[in-house]
Amino acid sequence: MKKSRGEITFQIINTVFMVLVCAAMLYPMLYVLGHSLMGDAERALNPLRLFPHKLDATGYKYIFTAKNIWRSYGITLFRTVAGTLITLAISTLLAYPLSRRDYPLRKVLTFVVTFTMWFSGGMIANFLLIRSLGLTNSYWVYIFPHLIDPFHLIILRNFFMQIPESLEDSARIDGANDFVILTRITLPLSKAAIATIALFTAVFHWNTWWDAMLYVSKRELWPVQYLLQQIIASANVFDLSANSNMVRPPAEAIRMACIIVVTIPILCVYPFVQKYFVKGVMIGSVKG
Amino acid sequence: MKKFFRKYWLLNLMVLPGLAYFILFKYVPMYGLIIAFKNYNGAAGGLKGILDADFIGLTYFKIFFRSEQFSRLLRNTLILSGLRLLFCFPAPILLALLLNEITNQKFKKSVQTITYIPYFLSWVVVAGLLRILVGTEGPLNGLRAQYGLAPVYYMASVKHFRALLIISEIWKTVGYGTIVYLAAISGVDMQQYEAAELDGANRFQKMFYITLPSISEIVAIMLILQMGKILSDNFEQIYTMYSDSVYEVADVFETYIYRTGIVGSKFSYTSAITLCKSVVSLFLILLTNKAAKKLGSEGLF
Repeated sequence: MKKSRGEITFQIINTVFMVLVCAAMLYPMLYVLGHSLMGDAERALNPLRLFPHKLDATGYKYIFTAKNIWRSYGITLFRTVAGTLITLAISTLLAYPLSRRDYPLRKVLTFVVTFTMWFSGGMIANFLLIRSLGLTNSYWVYIFPHLIDPFHLIILRNFFMQIPESLEDSARIDGANDFVILTRITLPLSKAAIATIALFTAVFHWNTWWDAMLYVSKRELWPVQYLLQQIIASANVFDLSANSNMVRPPAEAIRMACIIVVTIPILCVYPFVQKYFVKGVMIGSVKG
Repeated sequence: MKKFFRKYWLLNLMVLPGLAYFILFKYVPMYGLIIAFKNYNGAAGGLKGILDADFIGLTYFKIFFRSEQFSRLLRNTLILSGLRLLFCFPAPILLALLLNEITNQKFKKSVQTITYIPYFLSWVVVAGLLRILVGTEGPLNGLRAQYGLAPVYYMASVKHFRALLIISEIWKTVGYGTIVYLAAISGVDMQQYEAAELDGANRFQKMFYITLPSISEIVAIMLILQMGKILSDNFEQIYTMYSDSVYEVADVFETYIYRTGIVGSKFSYTSAITLCKSVVSLFLILLTNKAAKKLGSEGLF
């Protein structure tokens, strides 16, 4: 089919617009990356330049000698891995009975779960609870309060419900109990949903910082995002317990280098998980 | 009863850890909201201190409604929600419609991949990037300097702060938001487009008369979800970006509750605020759901 002139004009404008959108998405990250690698003089004199003329990685060198950053990275890694695994285990265990049409408590329990999506005790009540439980200043405060996300649980339950009951029934006739059915039949058939929820949980744990702000005053236990929040927000940039023999680079260099160091791991994993990410939003958009 | 336990003992056992979690970490805090009616500001005492605290009725509610904070917090929350509805809500719909018009699949995929990235960054990182970009040594002020204009510290500017919140939110979430709409668009029957083409419809007519109506259901659902959240504030976003010079336009319920309740230890007073907010939110969700059902949508529950 021959394209009209209006059609071609639209295509061109649309393409240009999309290129601009992409540029707007990438520019902030590239700008900070470029400036994190500049020397002070160059950075101060060239606010508009994107890439450095001369590479200067003082900011990075400084951070890499800082013990705090690595310890915080360890905490973040711990909460991401342990948090995701425990969440998956407990969520699947709860989602399975809720997906069973013959389970008498199904309706009540589903309501118990969904009600928490609409009403919550809020920040203060949670804070008082955590404090009464003695969970402040411990690793576990990063994991237990976030164990199950009601949205994810409902997604999982809905996914389990789509599995044909005949499969489970035939296994039951062969003498399998509910736990065997869950681990041998339901879970292998739900890989996509599990992967998606694992991804969202992991991203949540990687990016969450406010629980450290609320519950953890010991800086050895801060995850890397909260350490970054402190470095960005406060003037206290040098409190990284880095090698004291080193000359301190300016705060700006450290801030930028920190932002990049915290962001890079996510960007490295992103291409591999993008598939699940898109799939997950689709599953999630199915009515709960 | 006996039969229930015998037949479903394993399922009951599987439910147990999850149920314990919901009771302890979701329902106990809801019960904890009773301190809104009590005088509990003690740092010590734990659970017993909360239970033993004096009952003072609606005193803290009255204090809050009479305070000047109340109108400021409500105003800021409503203005920010309104702006979000006006700009952040339609942005992904528009982007999805335009993405759908790209004929080169490789180019379309690349645009999608790039626009999803910011969704994976934490608000701490986004706020950090923003501070640098609009800071006094950043590119925006660099550009102003080239035209001989004095630098503006946007992050502390009452005039610009709301715009920064909206722009940064669009930047972070617009790509992610398109996924749902693109999925709906991909479900449109191609024959409709072909028939329209035979009738001589141009690109815009197809967009308005075929694509847009076919995603109206999902747009409605997303709108309901958004309406239900009208009183919930983006605590993470605002907290990482604001400072005391912009409290006037940026302070919302959650940030105030954090500063006064957690930092200032006024637990009962801030619980009263939380309770008001939660009840109104719950009401809004039920209301919008009902409205959606009246309008023929399935609703959320």
